[in-house]
Amino acid sequence: MKNLFKMVALTGFVAATGLQSCKPKDTSNAVSGDAGIKAYVAPGKYDEVYNFVSGGFSGQMSVYGLPSGRLLRVIPVFSVDPEKGWGYSEETKPMLNTSHGMVPWDDLHHVQLSKTNGEYDGKWVFGNANNTPRVARIDLTTFRTQEIIELPNSGGNHSSPFITENTEYVVAGTRFSVPMDDANGDVAIDTYKENFKGTLSFISVGKEDGKMDIAFQIQCPGVNFDLSRAGKGVSNGWFFFSCYNTEQANTLLEVNASQKDKDFVMAVNWKKAEEYIKAGKGRKQAVKYAHNTYSEKTHTATSEIKTEVLVLDSKELKDICYFIPCPKSPHGCDVSPTGEYIVASGKLAAVIPVFSYDKMLKAIAAKSFDGEFEGIPVIKYESALYGEVKKPGLGPLHTEFDADGNAYTSMFVSSEVVKWNIKDLKVIDRQPTYYSIGHLCVVGGDTKKPTGKYLIAYNKITKDRYLPTGPELSQSAQLFDISGEKMKLILDFPTIGEPHYAQAVLASVIKDKSVKMFKIEENAHPYAAKGEKETKVVREGNKVHVYMTAIRSHLTPDNIEGIKMGDEVYFHVTNLEQDWDVPHGFAIKGADNAELLIMPGETQTLKWVPTKVGISPMYCTDFCSALHQEMTGYVRVSPAGSNVPLKFGTGITKPEVAAASK
Amino acid sequence: MDSTEKNIGIISKGILVIAGALLVISLFNPIWRIELDAPQYPEGLALTIHANKIGGDVEIINGLNHYIGMKTLHADEFIEFTILPYIISAFALACLLVILINKKKALYLLFGAFVLFGIIAMVDFWRWEYNYGHNLDPNAAIIVPGMAYQPPLIGFKQLLNFGAYSIPDIGGWLFIASGLLMATAVFIVYKKQKK
Repeated sequence: MKNLFKMVALTGFVAATGLQSCKPKDTSNAVSGDAGIKAYVAPGKYDEVYNFVSGGFSGQMSVYGLPSGRLLRVIPVFSVDPEKGWGYSEETKPMLNTSHGMVPWDDLHHVQLSKTNGEYDGKWVFGNANNTPRVARIDLTTFRTQEIIELPNSGGNHSSPFITENTEYVVAGTRFSVPMDDANGDVAIDTYKENFKGTLSFISVGKEDGKMDIAFQIQCPGVNFDLSRAGKGVSNGWFFFSCYNTEQANTLLEVNASQKDKDFVMAVNWKKAEEYIKAGKGRKQAVKYAHNTYSEKTHTATSEIKTEVLVLDSKELKDICYFIPCPKSPHGCDVSPTGEYIVASGKLAAVIPVFSYDKMLKAIAAKSFDGEFEGIPVIKYESALYGEVKKPGLGPLHTEFDADGNAYTSMFVSSEVVKWNIKDLKVIDRQPTYYSIGHLCVVGGDTKKPTGKYLIAYNKITKDRYLPTGPELSQSAQLFDISGEKMKLILDFPTIGEPHYAQAVLASVIKDKSVKMFKIEENAHPYAAKGEKETKVVREGNKVHVYMTAIRSHLTPDNIEGIKMGDEVYFHVTNLEQDWDVPHGFAIKGADNAELLIMPGETQTLKWVPTKVGISPMYCTDFCSALHQEMTGYVRVSPAGSNVPLKFGTGITKPEVAAASK
Repeated sequence: MDSTEKNIGIISKGILVIAGALLVISLFNPIWRIELDAPQYPEGLALTIHANKIGGDVEIINGLNHYIGMKTLHADEFIEFTILPYIISAFALACLLVILINKKKALYLLFGAFVLFGIIAMVDFWRWEYNYGHNLDPNAAIIVPGMAYQPPLIGFKQLLNFGAYSIPDIGGWLFIASGLLMATAVFIVYKKQKK
């Protein structure tokens, strides 16, 4: 009996120690000795790569340098940013206008660098708004949002802003199907199948000025469009969208949209769509959407409400859209550098199917269909399939490519990156991520000529990666060196918001185009004061316009009297500096909006409605010079109806002490 | 005495042609430059002095100089920028004239005048630097007792956070080369006379 007890205890001990050694390796094992050197960029040296990272629920886009992981800038896009006056200054308010009025926040999921011949040309970067459907264009000479266009007939703009190989179009597929804008939307939610439609928007982009315009929309069956990619090379002229919820559920999608064994990848022949439009097939539909543009000449945004969009019906025009069955709620839908292979990742699938563009075309020609879904032909799975990556891991999401014919797929559930060969579909390497990777990005990873070298994993769960900061943690990104056969983890870095997709480009494509300042003589702002002689204060009824200048280290005028309760004061502040990196800020006590941050040569306006009689100090908020603390002034606010005259100036009388020293 | 002994040889004439040509080229290039470096100006600032104007980052330098009460630089306040182009052109023409006159004495005179002009120009430049560096506004924000901001005539000097480096620019080097060429011509002619 005693022996038996001993034996049980011993077995237990052996089992316990044995199991300990079976535990997965932690990070210390995953990082090799020379990782620090690989991610090290010496002080004062430039990074090799710009990394444009979506801010997710922050609504902004951040720019990191790689391989250091240093945050270079946060570009305000869809969310207000009081720090920069974005969405608060009179000039930038119109940028956030929509058909719903001012929407001061959004959820920016994906970024796309503009392309020429399927390679990054460094002109613009686009971002999508997932909540109130919009697409933004950011200029890469100023790193500022220059244009935002709203999308009609859309629920949530998720499969966006993916672009064609010469930036002919930016697309936007709706994640939530909804009734069309010109239909009666006041319907029972469970009439989804009957009343809800999915639309794909094709936004044209001006070759030189980048100006966006909704060229056409394709009305599709009500499903959820998730992600998309343009064909390239051989498949240029086509677009591929992943679709889930082909069950057309309107409630408890978690269960109800996971019923079918296969959902779809939708292949869209956009060249064919163009032909139909030329042939006059589109329907002009009455809608309402905002189109906002920012001018770097007037330093002012304008918002226009547009009222018409051209819609093609995928049901009527048979040969634009085709469905390809794809296992289990596909998410990522990525096209190989040659354009021949389309990699679709079923979030819940055990394999990664790889479709062949060539086979797809042949299947369409041979009408190798498995019937129709909502009037759209469904190509037989096997007829379009090139092959399946077996046992890739759990929860495949997104795939990018390197220059050597390899693909890298993120695995959310098994928390790893898996490298596999596009030709033989064999897994080459797998490395853990910390924790639960979402998107990944290879430098140039969606172009015809990927640069490779680095892969960045954007993880959804952070937990113990950094010093704890309470319940809310920043999201973690991880940098891998992929120059060898095996991927090597070389750096962790925290990010802003919640990054989804990101893109990375060699710094040389962008850095020399960067603008240092705006030329004051080209400033066409209607309220600009292009020199201190042009400063003035003008009363128009209860509106008071202050034409103010800022230069190291004073505001002109810095003393203003004659403001009365009930006035609306507009401070139009022009930064007169013509030197690199000398912004001035402007703030006034009690302002209920924000501050201004004005770049050299620029004019920005802060509206201020005084709420108290008395003296309100104002000052420069950006430490501009040795005498920054002196860059201040006062506004005297008198009661309504007071007869204090308008009076303003700077340095009219020299201080007593200076006079005495003469 | 042989008349050729009073004349200038063909080599020296050739040299004079080049010396004159260099002076003409110098008219279209900056003659002098003052480079300024400070911790917050890694890209550097430069003031370039041409025969007829001041170039470079004049506005930025004027903006910075207001802290110490230095007068702002304006080309139209300098008589030099009006007369310098004429003087340099005159020397270029004089080179040709000396060839035509073909007298050694004319060459010696030209060289003497050129050296004298060089000295006067540098004295004038120093005077201008002195005035700007010392005539400061007593109401200036930054007053360092005993501190003047005269840039160096040539070479390097630290002025508060700025290191000032004063050197000839392309036009200046051409000017110096022209002078050296004239000196060579003088030397050749002088040696020949001694024989």
